[in-house]
Amino acid sequence: MATELTMPRMGFDMTEGKLAQWLKRVGDPVKRGEPVAEIETDKVNIEIEAPADGVLRGVFLEPGQTVPVGALIGVVGSADEALDLDAMRRKAAVETAPVAAPSAPATPQAAPPVPAGAVSPAVTPVAPAPPKANGRIKASPLAKRMAKQAGLNLAELTGTGPGGRIVRRDVDAAIATGRIMPVAMPAAPRVPTPAILGPAVLKQEIVPLTKLRQTIARRMTASKQQAPHFYVTGEIDMAEAMALRARLNELTDEAGKISVNDMVVKAAALALTHFPNLNASFAENAIQRYGAVHVGIAVALDEGLITVVVHDADRKPLAQIARESKDIIARARSGRARPEELQGSTFTVSNLGMFDVDSFVAIINPPEAAILAVGSVMDVPVVKDGQLVPGLRMKATISADHRVTDGAEAARFMQVVKQYLEEPLRLLL
Amino acid sequence: MAVITIREALKQAMREEMLRDERVFIMGEDIGAYGGAYAVTRGLLDEFGEDRIRDTPIAEGSIVGVAMGAAVGGQRPIAELMTINFSLLAMDQIINHAAKMHHMFGGQWSVPLVVRMACGWGQLSATHSQSLEVMFAHIPGLKVTFTGTPYDAKGMLKAAVRDPDPVIFLEHTAIYGVKGEVPDGDYVVPLGKSDVKRAGKDVTIVTYGRMLQTSFGAADMLAQEGIDAEIVDLRTLRPLDLEPVFESVRKTNRAVVVTEEWRSFGVQAEVAARIGEECFDWLDAPVGRVGAEEVPLPYARNVEQEALPWEKDIIAAVKAAVA
Repeated sequence: MATELTMPRMGFDMTEGKLAQWLKRVGDPVKRGEPVAEIETDKVNIEIEAPADGVLRGVFLEPGQTVPVGALIGVVGSADEALDLDAMRRKAAVETAPVAAPSAPATPQAAPPVPAGAVSPAVTPVAPAPPKANGRIKASPLAKRMAKQAGLNLAELTGTGPGGRIVRRDVDAAIATGRIMPVAMPAAPRVPTPAILGPAVLKQEIVPLTKLRQTIARRMTASKQQAPHFYVTGEIDMAEAMALRARLNELTDEAGKISVNDMVVKAAALALTHFPNLNASFAENAIQRYGAVHVGIAVALDEGLITVVVHDADRKPLAQIARESKDIIARARSGRARPEELQGSTFTVSNLGMFDVDSFVAIINPPEAAILAVGSVMDVPVVKDGQLVPGLRMKATISADHRVTDGAEAARFMQVVKQYLEEPLRLLL
Repeated sequence: MAVITIREALKQAMREEMLRDERVFIMGEDIGAYGGAYAVTRGLLDEFGEDRIRDTPIAEGSIVGVAMGAAVGGQRPIAELMTINFSLLAMDQIINHAAKMHHMFGGQWSVPLVVRMACGWGQLSATHSQSLEVMFAHIPGLKVTFTGTPYDAKGMLKAAVRDPDPVIFLEHTAIYGVKGEVPDGDYVVPLGKSDVKRAGKDVTIVTYGRMLQTSFGAADMLAQEGIDAEIVDLRTLRPLDLEPVFESVRKTNRAVVVTEEWRSFGVQAEVAARIGEECFDWLDAPVGRVGAEEVPLPYARNVEQEALPWEKDIIAAVKAAVA
């Protein structure tokens, strides 16, 4: 019986795919699981496998053509089977009609409508690595469970088990090296310093840019070239915030555990309601202020950076921010986040606190007007009333677009953020 | 503590039970004057006499039928079928009567019957060399044991004699001579309890009977290569106690089920399936299986040995599981 070959969906946001090349010719015998074609998505080239044993009887798509997900692109049948290839070709033509454009470049993902305008390609989720063709990642049940608990994306791991299966040792290795950790993993403990086992061997090589890397390169360059950045750093006393967090976390389940980052997101969101210029975009002859506060959280993956968005963060209770961000980050890692969860932020928080950093400066995520870079909460000696006492301090640095705002305004914003975090009960109001 | 063979342990169990309870008697082919085809009952005729050590005609259906009647009537019979292969002639008595009576008569009667059978091979050819334990393990109403050490053999045969239900007590001819420590005096090993016989951390070997001993050998060889195998001895196939297996697999994340049966539809298939059901999220590799080649067992010694599972087969399966 003939089996249709269709354009597969390789990610939650994939709507169409471009044929890179046929790996088999019409008339070639194929085995189930054998690659028959290579397709190109926004992110990666992926092989399509034969759905059944047989012969590749017909192909309805030329290299370079782009068709919607699900469109008929070929057929595998037995050698002598009677097939109405003309009818299939017509069906394929109908299915491909709306976007069929030979040699056309893959259409970039449409930007979301205003207001938040914002983010976009940078939020592209991680594509599966090429060896995991067809979106199927071979992993043992144990490895899957461990990866889920550790918040790891299986697509980023390399399997060393039989047939490339990801097994326990692969997940253990990834956890041990701290290779894959979210920048803003909610409630995550500090990432241990990876064991240094002596120098590694470097080799000279050219590594092609992934689509995500290309997007990051383009957008960050544009940001740094077009938006004149300035920076304001403040130190925040986190003693009360940490104490409150500990008390709150005693009252909630694992999913509801509140991280330092959740508190920073909430504090920034509340502060932004007082500073409309920082919740804005530079729009040539005007400043586009937004009527809502959507806070993006930068999340690091091996492939690059993505942003997950907590919408209306100023109006959401802390516990909801904690649950939502944890949930979205987990799903983003496995490519299951919805587009709206990765787009539309009006301000971004980037947190490297779990890597034991004092402070750092971030590049603004365009077209936003500012980004807040958050360091670790550190045990430091502080002078209080002339006495040296132990303190818990966290440094945060805002990078702001000078076309939209000025240093004084950014400094006042930092004071308000500081006030929210130093009197953290305000976060619960 | 004395070191004795499984054969001696079984004899001690029966002798002690006969001394303890005068309702206990033994019947079967060649068990009296000849001392049993595998010499398990040797000497008992002299001690207990013909009333309690009863040689029978070659009539397996009758042996089990008569023993079952005696059991229902209040005795504690031990019926010996020379080998499990001959139990096929007694299947109706075992499956349709012994296994059912308690249930079909609303618990008015019980059948406290032990049917001992030798399993194994040794150039006995296809009809005398079968591992048919699953046929009994499949049947609700029966209890089925398959011991692999002298300690368990003695303790569980005593438990079987004292059990109110029909127990199919399986022995393996190839390990009658295996020696081990057995406590002096009376002790009972409860039926329906699996036992971790060797602690390890890398892989769980689930087995019983002769393959327990073979698994010990394989585990020693694997240890030399740095693979630390845990061995769980099922001991009882019905009721099947898999909790120790699940606990072990959740620790080692890998399992290999080792039996002497043909692979298809056997005890090992059941165990593998249950591990899949209960330990899915803990498995780091597919459950491995070791069994006999699916052929009527050949007579020629070299081909016979080739068809049976040995240490090398267990080692290969373990290595595949830990790969």
